[in-house]
Amino acid sequence: MFTESLARTIFGRLTFESFPLHEPILLVTFIVVGLLGLGLVGVVTKYRLWGWLWREWFTSIDHKKIGIMYMILGIIMLLRGFSDAIMMRLQQAMAFGDNPGYLPPHHYDQVFSAHGTIMIFFVAIPLIVGLVNYIMPLQIGARDVAFPFLNNLSFWLTVAGALLVMISLFVGEFSRGGWLNYVPVTNLQNSPDTGPDYYLWALQIAGIGTTLSAINMVTTIIKMRAPGMTMMKMPIFCWTALCSNVLAIAIFPVLTGAFALLMLDRYVGTNFFTNDLGGNPMMYWNLVWIWGHPEVYVLVLPAFGIYSEITSTFTGKRLFGYSSMVYATVVITILSYLVWLHHFFTMGSGASVNSFFGIATMVISIPTGAKIFNWLFTMYRGRIRFELPMMWVIAFMITFVVGGMTGVLLAVPPADFVLHNSLFLVAHFHNVIIGGVVFALFAAMDYWFPKAFGFRLDPFWGKVTFWGWVVGYWVAWTPIYIVGLMGTTRRVNHFDDPSLQIYFVIAAIGAGIILIGILAFVIQIAVSILNREKLRDTTGDPWNGRTLEWSTSSPPPAYNFAFTPQVHDLDAWYDMKDRHAQRPTTGFKPIHMPRNTGAGVILSGLAMALGFAMIWYMWWLAIAAVAGLFVVAIVHTFNYNRDYFIPADEVAQSEDARTKLLAAGA
Amino acid sequence: MNDATQHLDDHGDGPGHFTRRGYLIGFLLSVVLTAVPFWLVMTGALHDAQTTAIVIIAFAVVQILVHTVCFLHVNTRGEGGWTLMAYAFTAVIVLIVIAGSLWIMYHLNSNMMPMPSAETSAQP
Repeated sequence: MFTESLARTIFGRLTFESFPLHEPILLVTFIVVGLLGLGLVGVVTKYRLWGWLWREWFTSIDHKKIGIMYMILGIIMLLRGFSDAIMMRLQQAMAFGDNPGYLPPHHYDQVFSAHGTIMIFFVAIPLIVGLVNYIMPLQIGARDVAFPFLNNLSFWLTVAGALLVMISLFVGEFSRGGWLNYVPVTNLQNSPDTGPDYYLWALQIAGIGTTLSAINMVTTIIKMRAPGMTMMKMPIFCWTALCSNVLAIAIFPVLTGAFALLMLDRYVGTNFFTNDLGGNPMMYWNLVWIWGHPEVYVLVLPAFGIYSEITSTFTGKRLFGYSSMVYATVVITILSYLVWLHHFFTMGSGASVNSFFGIATMVISIPTGAKIFNWLFTMYRGRIRFELPMMWVIAFMITFVVGGMTGVLLAVPPADFVLHNSLFLVAHFHNVIIGGVVFALFAAMDYWFPKAFGFRLDPFWGKVTFWGWVVGYWVAWTPIYIVGLMGTTRRVNHFDDPSLQIYFVIAAIGAGIILIGILAFVIQIAVSILNREKLRDTTGDPWNGRTLEWSTSSPPPAYNFAFTPQVHDLDAWYDMKDRHAQRPTTGFKPIHMPRNTGAGVILSGLAMALGFAMIWYMWWLAIAAVAGLFVVAIVHTFNYNRDYFIPADEVAQSEDARTKLLAAGA
Repeated sequence: MNDATQHLDDHGDGPGHFTRRGYLIGFLLSVVLTAVPFWLVMTGALHDAQTTAIVIIAFAVVQILVHTVCFLHVNTRGEGGWTLMAYAFTAVIVLIVIAGSLWIMYHLNSNMMPMPSAETSAQP
């Protein structure tokens, strides 16, 4: 009796039963992940890399290294999110008639919730934030972001959230409430387990990271542009990054607020979103979709920026209609706030509400359509080089237009009453997110990889990745569009009608083709690292680029630019090449840079401990973690050793090395 | 010193000027704007819950403006107008969120079947 209450005090509701030892699928996954993890730890220890990792990467506040770490996080989580997708596709292809499939409903519900949560919060957001982090400061001619330490903290908070989601796989269980953790399923009386708590704490911690990062990026773009770069001479990717981050600042507090209210419901027994005592579950839907719809644009606006940069570089022309592109981006930013109700037309609102939000949704297609025409006109009469990034752009234009049109279809409230919660909707948003965001991310990785690492990615395996994703997307999602239009609903783990099975079998084959694309991407990176000498880029400008990031070396030195560039034109680097501007080779000065700090890692570790403690009701650990957070944060404010100077001769050395490389290449 | 990292050092010179008079005016206004709603609720001076709620919301909005001007020093000059612009943007977003949510939630049951009258009257 006493030991039991002692165990309760120490471990909260965590018991041996919390570990899913009776689930063979999870057990095998756990063993494999455990062995891989141990192997990785062993390798790092054997080669004594911990110190190097800590000094050069974990504590780094260099925006470039943080950007790369964000990308690595996003790619690892993509593998996790995609394995969830394969599991669902297999289950739906098998589970017809008497065959129950291999995933019981309880487990299946967690798989689709985890898939959506991971793909948006821990794949798409980190990859987009990572790209903005890496590219944007280089494009505006800055040496770092406005708040370098905050950047490191944002990254590690995102990691802490991702780790909590991963822990839920092996300790306890994850939410069964869909990717937005919907009430009433996730109310305490319906889900007394740890699932929704894992979701809430993981996303609150990661959400703080995303909000802080957005504030950081907006400040950087507004305050730190190179002299001469007025807002209308800023590269289009920076414009889209600005609008995307302004959106993020405005919407994430709403999500945090909605989650905080649900936490109060679950922890202290308030009734904000319950079915009785004055609570209203629809208020939760209303609040999460005020976040949810603009979030789509937080992801897709930088994607549009990526396509614009690539189109203009690979057609060798200035972007057609730059200012209309900027205005379209700003208009989308504002309109995206006025459409959230289209996610719940069927909630029961009257005609006036539904028609307002329906029309506002349709209006968004106008600026988006203008962008498509801008890209087409940029390509018109250009000398198009069909390198990998450009191939992704063309695949995007074809795929995304279809997704946009089904979106306008869904924006018609009467049509939505038929298609709401159907697989047609699921196919629509995968169409725009894969065709819009994922293609952009692959295009961007092919395009900017040589800038970040000094060598190009292998084109052959890149093409395998490309065809795997593009063909796989169409094979996987066309049948889902069709069954959705016929009325099949989403989030179902077993079907009775055997005539539908063929569609799901085809969809599973499509997912298999996408798997080839993903594996080819991993191989592409490995092959490129092995062949790096052959793929080496010594010029810093492998694609004949137009914006400032191509004016420095690949990879750029820690200080990015030895002298802050002067900007005279929209395509600043193209303008410099055009005027045969000479690279300065003498007169270097010491460069003032921010110093690394471990506070971000420690604070995020404590935040993760707090989350874990609260999920399992280990109150003592929660109190200790909160105390730790306060102490570390306060101690960090007394750390005055925050900056240092890179001496002038060190700058001269690395610039001379580049001069030699350039001369050798020329 | 270079332009790109100058932000490391220039803490402290925010927008506007901080005078003791400004803070005192702000403090007095805040006290009055807080005390009046308390008095309204505790004495029930208006005899009507809805009117009281509306008056309190009005006081809260004025309170926000007082804090913005007197304590946060938001004006048209600070940071070349960016502060005011960010503030106006926030105001617009908050307005959209609150007005939109009220409109939507008010409309929540438009397409529902009418409730039996006995149950409707039992609702608070």
